[in-house]
Amino acid sequence: MSVPRSAASGAFWRRRLAGLPLLGPGMVFLFVLAVLPVALVTVYAFFERGRFGGVEFNFTLDNFARLADPLYLGVVLKSILIAGTATGIALLIGYPAALFIARLPRRWRTLALIAVLLPFWTNFLIRTYAWILLLNNAGWINQGLSWLGITSEPVHMLYTEPAVVVGLVYMYLPLMILPLYASLVSHDPQLTEAAVNLGSSPFRVFRTITLPLSAPGALTGCIFVFVPAMGNFIIPELIGGGKTVLIGNLIRDQFLKARDWPFGAALALVMTAFLVLLLVLQQRASRAVSEGKTPKEVKP
Amino acid sequence: MNAPAALPARSRKARGGPRTDAATRPGLHLRLPFWGAIAFLYIPILVVVAMSFNASSNLFSWSGFSLQWYAEVFRSPDILAALGNTLIVAAAAAVLATALGTLTAVGIHRHTSGGLIRAIAIAPAMLPDLLLAIGLLSLFTLLNFTLGLLSVILAHTVFAMAFVTAIVLARLAQVDPSLEEASRDLGASPGRTLLKVTLPQLGPAIISGALLSFTLSLDEFVIAFFTTSPTVSTLPINIYSMVRFGVSPEINALATMLLGLTVLAVLGTQRLTKIADSL
Amino acid sequence: MSLQRITRTAFAASAVLALAACGGGSGSADLDPEADITAQKLVVGIWADYYPEDLAETFEAKTGVPVQIVHHATNEEIMAKLTAGGDSGIDVAFVSGQYAQALNEGGMLQELDHDLIPNITNLYPEATELAYDDGNKFSLPYAWGTTGLCYRSDLLPAEPASWLDLLEPSAEAAGKTTMLSTERWMALPALKALGYSVNSENPDELSAVKDQLMETKPTLLAFDDTTFYSKLVTGEAVLTEAWDGWCNYGIAEDPNIKFTVPEEGSDLWVDTMTVLKSSQNKEAAMAFLNYVLEPEVHSWAAENILYKVPNKAAMDALDPQLLETYPNLAMTPAELAEQEVIVDLGDYSTEYTRLATEISAK
Repeated sequence: MSVPRSAASGAFWRRRLAGLPLLGPGMVFLFVLAVLPVALVTVYAFFERGRFGGVEFNFTLDNFARLADPLYLGVVLKSILIAGTATGIALLIGYPAALFIARLPRRWRTLALIAVLLPFWTNFLIRTYAWILLLNNAGWINQGLSWLGITSEPVHMLYTEPAVVVGLVYMYLPLMILPLYASLVSHDPQLTEAAVNLGSSPFRVFRTITLPLSAPGALTGCIFVFVPAMGNFIIPELIGGGKTVLIGNLIRDQFLKARDWPFGAALALVMTAFLVLLLVLQQRASRAVSEGKTPKEVKP
Repeated sequence: MNAPAALPARSRKARGGPRTDAATRPGLHLRLPFWGAIAFLYIPILVVVAMSFNASSNLFSWSGFSLQWYAEVFRSPDILAALGNTLIVAAAAAVLATALGTLTAVGIHRHTSGGLIRAIAIAPAMLPDLLLAIGLLSLFTLLNFTLGLLSVILAHTVFAMAFVTAIVLARLAQVDPSLEEASRDLGASPGRTLLKVTLPQLGPAIISGALLSFTLSLDEFVIAFFTTSPTVSTLPINIYSMVRFGVSPEINALATMLLGLTVLAVLGTQRLTKIADSL
Repeated sequence: MSLQRITRTAFAASAVLALAACGGGSGSADLDPEADITAQKLVVGIWADYYPEDLAETFEAKTGVPVQIVHHATNEEIMAKLTAGGDSGIDVAFVSGQYAQALNEGGMLQELDHDLIPNITNLYPEATELAYDDGNKFSLPYAWGTTGLCYRSDLLPAEPASWLDLLEPSAEAAGKTTMLSTERWMALPALKALGYSVNSENPDELSAVKDQLMETKPTLLAFDDTTFYSKLVTGEAVLTEAWDGWCNYGIAEDPNIKFTVPEEGSDLWVDTMTVLKSSQNKEAAMAFLNYVLEPEVHSWAAENILYKVPNKAAMDALDPQLLETYPNLAMTPAELAEQEVIVDLGDYSTEYTRLATEISAK
């Protein structure tokens, strides 16, 4: 063995070992309490349910086969539809709001950002509950509508699918605005200035520069909204009146009602697969943007 | 779910970004959606706050100012017990997560080149809470680990630690490595360098990580719901059952107090990081 | 006083127990009738607002056994915790009869030692031969009743008499009805309306039930197990599927709210007290069960929760004024016994789970 090589590998190992006191505790902790649980869910998805909860360790693919059952497939598709609608609406509301914040003078930006985020820090059960007070037939929206003379009869809003969508948008809107803002504010304003100076219309500048550059941020925001929206089981229950079932309700029910842990595990894996898929797409998109279009050399 | 971690890092980035003050002020077409979004976000909360001072138990009509629902909250042994549990869990999880997360971040920054360990360390912040919840329930059950305060603390530490790691890592990326080198060149042991040079520089990030962990744990429902025993209830679990049993004015009072606490924590984080930044 | 009584009975019991042990196979053989229950403490799992507030205090005052009460909102919630494995920490669990039956089949319940529960004689005879646990081997009935229609008599043109009034509501009621969301009770109205058993295990019948509920769902305001009565009070709902006692909470706030059992019949449900096999405090648990069955305690409970209790002495002691305000409290055991007792369906219960998912997911 040549001397330099062993010295190099020695340095490599020294570097690794020196990291042990730092990385060791955290990694052991995460292995036991994050890696193992996720692995356990993965393994459980391939076994049979126990009559009284838990699992029987007989290998089966049934839990995944059941996903093709129109009933459960329907729930998955409905979840995608509802979470997707909520995501779309959040994007429509969140984009201009984020753009506004990004274009504020710097000292106002933090304040505006905190203002947007503060509701997110309020307990989410309470935020859900607030909508019961608003959407109720006797609630404040209906009172407002009839006071304004717009309606004579209360509009039935609570316990409907649109109410669930509104609840989801409300719940996760800050998660849309935040990454959008981050990607919008990191753009070089000189780029847009240059375009304007060269005679581009504001809309053209927006379409050809701002919009493509903010695409990765928008995608991140969409993931932040879409994934937890699919997994939310509180809003369909409280605002949906139990008449809408999302994939989150289905998973919760497998563990807490039907006591069919393996099927619940399989559903959770499917949901996570979605997340991973979306993350990969997001990575691709942001790479495409940073490689293709961001003119880094312009930066001062 | 998890993006708030991005706040401290991103806003710092914004601070370091190019100056845009001179840029054109946002026009009406942007101002309107922004204020619309603010109204959308705050009106429901304001309704809850307003109704918490309502004299009547009817939640849909105002009949005068009263503090009786606040008194009601403090008279409820259930709520007080749950509040106690919540504070214990949040404090313990924050301490554990901050210690583990900071060490891990420094370790990753110094001793790894690939992304695997980094990915594992940050992943719990991205995982669907339901997946983590059922995974931990399965694990605790398999190990015959008694569910209760400790299981919830451990569970909360998992995702809180990921946020701390992310925040501290973001800060480490901005720390000047030459200071550590200088310390080592001057003969300080690695441990001493860590204590005297690295950690002080990480101060603001560690503080915001700890406060973030505390607030996240304070509000966390899904994971706690799955990993607690019937004998130990946290405040969010308590609120869940209250809400399920119908709308009641005590919820408004409790919500308002929680909101106040959260506002304080968030403003405190801002203030503290600012102070620490200026040191 | 009561402590002495318990020790006395305990002594008597020990002789019987010894005999039983010789005869072999008594599941209560691991009970020590001479155990000092004051050294034990109890965790009791029960529905929120389903017991007199002073229950834990008075029991401790009487026996010296401290009690911690923990709440659950639904049967499913506590079942999930009890069956999750490991020690739930609960000694006494309140669950509905069919759930007690399932827990027992899972080997999780302690066989009750009737000698430690002398007050068992206070129970109505009908309450000792319930189908899910004939002879009260592992459960004691705490409250019982039936499922029916709870409605706003002032907002409906006619008094409802049939499950079909709920399933195929009139124009005045459409959009203002709720049904229970727990699976067996979600299926009940359609099962009964179609003339089937509440314990049906016939796929064709279940499929007919599904068709009916699919038609019903668009007319529903919500599926609601816990707040239907407040929806009646606010007028959001005018007609709901309800447990009799829970309807009384509505009646308490608005006398226009009434309860009726539809002509097609309904179920007899029982909320029971069970002792977990994992409990380390079984003797104290038995003493607790016995305490609840004391006439004055059980009657105080009935007065607080406004549900019927299957305890003759307790019902006799009830304030007649209450029976007038809440007519369904006056239903006799014989009337109740005409209804069908809900029992656990073992593996077939997954079909009901599926049915409930199909209906709510539609």
